[in-house]
Amino acid sequence: MKSVLSAITASVALSLASGAQAETLRLLTWGSYAPDNVIEMFEEKYPDIDVEVTYSNNEEMIAKLRATGGAGFDLAQPSHDRIYAAQLEFDIYKPLDLSQIDTSNMTPKLLDGVKENATIDGEVYAVPHQWGTTGLMVNTAEAPDVKSWGDLCDPAYQGKTSMRLKRTILLATAYSLGEDPFAAYSDLDKYQGILDDVTEKLIECKDNIKAYWQGGDDLSAMMLSGEIVASESWDSTAYKLFGENPDIKFVPPATGALAWIDTFVLPRKGKADDAAYKWINFVLQPEIVELMSASTGAIASINGAADLLPADKKAAVNAAFSDADIDNLKFFANIPPGVEDMEGKALEKIKAATGG
Amino acid sequence: MVDAADSVLPCICGTGELIAVGSDIRKLSLLLLFLPFSLWILLLIILPHVGMVVLSLREKVAPRVYEFGFGNYIDFFMEPIYWNTLIRTGLMSLLVTFLALLIGFPVAYYIAKLAGNRTKGMLFMLCLIPLWVSDLIRAFGWILLLRESGIISSFLMSSGLIDTPIEFLYTDATVIMGLVYTVMLFMIVPLVSTLDGMDNAMIEAGYNLGGNGFTVLRRIIIPYAMPGIVSGCIVVFMMTAGSYLTPILMGGKNSSWFTEQIYDQFISRYNWESGAAFGFLLLAFTSVVVWLGLKLSGQTLSSTVAKS
Repeated sequence: MKSVLSAITASVALSLASGAQAETLRLLTWGSYAPDNVIEMFEEKYPDIDVEVTYSNNEEMIAKLRATGGAGFDLAQPSHDRIYAAQLEFDIYKPLDLSQIDTSNMTPKLLDGVKENATIDGEVYAVPHQWGTTGLMVNTAEAPDVKSWGDLCDPAYQGKTSMRLKRTILLATAYSLGEDPFAAYSDLDKYQGILDDVTEKLIECKDNIKAYWQGGDDLSAMMLSGEIVASESWDSTAYKLFGENPDIKFVPPATGALAWIDTFVLPRKGKADDAAYKWINFVLQPEIVELMSASTGAIASINGAADLLPADKKAAVNAAFSDADIDNLKFFANIPPGVEDMEGKALEKIKAATGG
Repeated sequence: MVDAADSVLPCICGTGELIAVGSDIRKLSLLLLFLPFSLWILLLIILPHVGMVVLSLREKVAPRVYEFGFGNYIDFFMEPIYWNTLIRTGLMSLLVTFLALLIGFPVAYYIAKLAGNRTKGMLFMLCLIPLWVSDLIRAFGWILLLRESGIISSFLMSSGLIDTPIEFLYTDATVIMGLVYTVMLFMIVPLVSTLDGMDNAMIEAGYNLGGNGFTVLRRIIIPYAMPGIVSGCIVVFMMTAGSYLTPILMGGKNSSWFTEQIYDQFISRYNWESGAAFGFLLLAFTSVVVWLGLKLSGQTLSSTVAKS
């Protein structure tokens, strides 16, 4: 008995001692945003920091941080439109100390864009990490004519298209109806009008959809098996499939692809700010960006990042985007309080409608 | 623990004091036995639910400003989508419960009454084995079988029975099938344990008195198995109404399941207040259905669930 006890005490003391030495960086991020090889290199460079990764998405990140008032993680990566309202409502982030972050090589347009979206009372809450777009993924051999969001509802492709039933498709459909939803964010009555039209359109369209996809995996499975020929998609998912079947291309819709920027934020009760700043600076170095982009398929927010994509992804990007398409990108605008609810209602109506 | 004061004066011990000390120990051991249980109930069941009630009674008036009120519950009744989904979930769960009983009863009867001792254990094992695999994997198994490019569709194609692939997924029938499969075991286990306790002589007596198979089933077996039937139905109904993965994965674009509404309120819309209210409405709804079922079948909880 005594020996068991002393063994326990010893192991507790040991773990306490090692805990005091090594700092843990608890990272809350998207799937594939913390590849093993990058973590290994980081831990090699900073042997006293352990990296713990939790994979998540925008909604779950905010829900997790809200549940604890911003504790449990030291660095999170929500998209740039999920910072302002979430901070106002739930107070889950803490302001960044920009002097700790090497912003000299960041793409100025992206840095300024994120800062503009994420500044409250003069304090900056986020800096950009990677960006990408949402547009159309098309099997050009089967559906050569799909060029715009509305084509997903074309009866010619009955039962062979897909989309994700989230706010992105609402905004996309609004653009395809000739509206500018982000401009209407300042006038919520007008935005409700647009949403009603969008809802009606998407309910009509429901018959045409095979299924709503939930994540990159089920979307890829449907596309590769040929069950669907066109879908709303993240560009990175489309690039991955391009490698397996060159007929599957990413097509920026006629009204412009929707662009998102995933950012770095510090949760309010994070305990390892120094380690977090080290991680931010580390992953934005060009040689790490190359590894990161190979894993994520997204483009880092540093100068010349497009050249750091691996060859197959670069080919996919060049097949997808012309310079005009890049100019036509629509960046997600900040979500003002209340809009989340309006959009949620619209999505519920579409889901509950009994289509095909 | 009134006697505690006495027991600190030990050892000038008359017999009466000895007994008092003995009953103290018994009380103490009872208390210690109950402590983990009551802590579990209090900390993991009651407290979180109280927290949810408080949450569900908060109305958001502005960012970070909340007021007490019933707005979240009123919202539910004002919006047909919400209560339609709840009723739909309830009806489909009842159907699943009924189907599980219909399929599970003969299986349980065979295991308990007809199978020999060795086959009995093996058959019970066979029912248990699917439970070793998680819900998620089982749902994906169905998806592999049923999808348009899946095994069944391609088999039918290659055998020449159909010309174009058929999509079996994403219908209510698929959801019900998947749910029946998931919950079947929870119907079979209580039925087997009840039927196991039944004396075969009772069935023989039924036949001897001139009853045919149907009469024996209706007048003897079913009444005897009632505790198992009721507890199996309650468990299955509650599990089905509260299930999340199967309806979402197999129901596709038309699956409206109430748990999905709760998830959306909590996660997609950051609306914990109405999510909590929805959670309580689901609890209240399923409790009312169970209560109604007990009333209509003339059973009580103590005569069925406690017995089986």
